[in-house]
Amino acid sequence: MSVDRLRRLLEQAFPGSEVEVKDRTGGGDHFQVTVASARFGGLTLLEQHRLVNDALAAPLGDGTIHELRIQTKGSQ
Amino acid sequence: MSELREQIENVIQSEDVALFMKGTPQFVMCGNSSRALDALRRAGAPVTAVDVLPDPRIRQELSSISSWPTIPQVFVRGELIGGADIVEQLAQSDELEQTLEEKLGPDYRGRAPERVVTVG
Repeated sequence: MSVDRLRRLLEQAFPGSEVEVKDRTGGGDHFQVTVASARFGGLTLLEQHRLVNDALAAPLGDGTIHELRIQTKGSQ
Repeated sequence: MSELREQIENVIQSEDVALFMKGTPQFVMCGNSSRALDALRRAGAPVTAVDVLPDPRIRQELSSISSWPTIPQVFVRGELIGGADIVEQLAQSDELEQTLEEKLGPDYRGRAPERVVTVG
């Protein structure tokens, strides 16, 4: 899938947050995503990553995303 | 409960450190599985590995148990710690070793050899 489509999914799930998406291999299925959002405030790392997984449930579920690396930050 | 689900639950509950991965420690088949395995090895964790590749139902049952959609998944004494990103991040900040000591005791290192169990 495209970086833009992935970024839109994350921006919808994390309004007003800083989203960075990188296609790590250029093949459209290995991505690094970084999300800085106030939604992460007070959440454990596991809970933060769950929110990102939930936002990308469709492309993760059907294998469109083959490998995903997630980094989360509380918004500065 | 299906027999496969029961076997997976059993591994999660009875193993000190359960790593559900793509491939085996000898033949890792995916970058993220390798990252999790390396982080656990650096922390001296007694890893019990389960290869999810032989049967797609393994991953489906596992994800329905853990509500975590991706592989690898790491459990310590029955509790999901996370996937490769979290385990690696904890390892970099020494929190992985702290977590292992808290849950397994300070003498956890080298307690059991790395091994593979099969389900399904």
